[in-house]
Amino acid sequence: MITKAGSQRRNLLLILILSSIIKFVDFFSLTMKLNLALAQINTRLGNIQVNLDKHITLARQAFQDGMDLLVFPELSLTGYILQDLVPTVSCRPGVEDPVFHHLLDASRDIDLVVGFVDEDARHRFYIASAYISRGEVIHVHHKVYLPTYGLFDEGRFFAPGDSVRAFDTRFGRFGMLICEDFWHASPPYILWQDGADMLLFSSASPGRGLTAEPKLESSAWVEHTNRAYASLFTVFVAHANRVGFEDGLNFWGGSTVFDPDGKLVAQAPYFEEALTKTEIDLNQLHRTRARLPLLRDERPELVQRELERILHGN
Amino acid sequence: MEINLSVDPELVRKILTEFIRSEITRVGFTRAVINLSGGIDSAVSFALAAEALGPQNVLAIRLPYKTSSADSLEHAQMLIDQFGCPSLTIPITEMVDALIAREPGMSEIRKGNIMARARMIVAYDQSEAFKGLVVGTGNKTEILLGYTTLYGDSACAINPIGDLYKTQVRHLARALKIPELIIAKPPSADLWAGQTDEGELGFTYAEVDQLLYLLVDQRYRPVEAVEAGFDEKFVRQVYERVRRNQFKRVLPPIAKLSSRTVGYDFLYLRDWGT
Repeated sequence: MITKAGSQRRNLLLILILSSIIKFVDFFSLTMKLNLALAQINTRLGNIQVNLDKHITLARQAFQDGMDLLVFPELSLTGYILQDLVPTVSCRPGVEDPVFHHLLDASRDIDLVVGFVDEDARHRFYIASAYISRGEVIHVHHKVYLPTYGLFDEGRFFAPGDSVRAFDTRFGRFGMLICEDFWHASPPYILWQDGADMLLFSSASPGRGLTAEPKLESSAWVEHTNRAYASLFTVFVAHANRVGFEDGLNFWGGSTVFDPDGKLVAQAPYFEEALTKTEIDLNQLHRTRARLPLLRDERPELVQRELERILHGN
Repeated sequence: MEINLSVDPELVRKILTEFIRSEITRVGFTRAVINLSGGIDSAVSFALAAEALGPQNVLAIRLPYKTSSADSLEHAQMLIDQFGCPSLTIPITEMVDALIAREPGMSEIRKGNIMARARMIVAYDQSEAFKGLVVGTGNKTEILLGYTTLYGDSACAINPIGDLYKTQVRHLARALKIPELIIAKPPSADLWAGQTDEGELGFTYAEVDQLLYLLVDQRYRPVEAVEAGFDEKFVRQVYERVRRNQFKRVLPPIAKLSSRTVGYDFLYLRDWGT
């Protein structure tokens, strides 16, 4: 026979056990993982249908492999040196667009970053990246720095974007930049100050710069700076680069993920197509920033004041 | 001043074999044809093509003229045997001499150009017969100096070695296991007996490659190249030679009349749609 007091004791015990289990669960639920994949692909120059099929196939494969997010390179739906093809391959990111219709459908299973030519309502063309998730366009970034020098001629064919904004995803606050955007130090800095803990970089980077080293100078430069951004801003930096050729230009691949300590956590091979998968431990942000509070101590007002002085003389 | 032109041969080999495979297969071909002179440039292009496409898919053509050195023919055969590619030997003497005979006393330059263009005709004819694209063999040094016959040896569908100086082609040749006697012999167009590139140009590849690297790759002004230790006369001579030969490096200009003109505002890559 169970007495009333015995029953109360038992209930109390149950509550204690339950609450400690909850605490235990709570303690471990802080562990936040993101399964990230980089689609290091070749593209068909100016053939959206073929490129779209490749996106859908890879999205399906990445989802089946348990990935949460798949990042494609710059202009992944169109190819890079478009020149007079630009107006013939443009999209409008949204469900009415025949290309985005399929991509948004695929994004019900897995978040996607895709590269495309965005044509705005007034028919200006931008090099763009879209973050899409659960059937919706979450954010579109227009490339703000269009290289128009050396082998590059983007300014001739595209309009430059005029904003750099972080955005919220189901995994935290992210930022996107496209190629030349992250050859400049300010866009990653702005995204950092706007709350991005994960920088998603995409590029179609032509390989160049031959030395006695087994790595092209362009590859070494990009890896060097991406590691620097991760270290200086204590953020994750994921970079999806292209492979293949367009006429004599090679795209070198070698896509990377660096963690907030600046450690290389994943790298795709050079020059080969690859679906590179990695598990990101978002708790590394906690550990790194507990050790190294660069974000806490950063003084954007000081930067603003000094820029005001430099630009406007006040 | 230390100028290091060495390259990592494995990196270059990877990029160039992928380039050949990509640019030939994307337009629906699987094969290549290449004129083998027995010299180092065509040997390197040939080895890269054989690796990229498989030796059975690369047709090597030997095109001797009656005054060609026996070594050239023999060295080309060594490469054909080494890589196990199909080959043809088509002497050009008859077709070349038919034209030369029309004008007694023709200059060596004209005869040389006729030979180079006769070889081009054979290569493009075999291109159709073998269903393979013509792979070029011109290096960066000769392209910059214009040391080439327009529509002759410079004619090709793709050129894998056109961004490598002669010095760098030599580095790559060793990694591709090109026989040492081909690498070591004095470069020659072999258009007349005793002709050598360096004799004709008046300087060595080792010298001019270093200067071109500063002027072209490193964007040195001529005066800075002189400050870096190069002889002023040599700098002026090379700079002028590069300038004068620009016409060999571009398509012939079209006189613009309409609102959209090929070459000016009708802009597509060759790889358009592929």
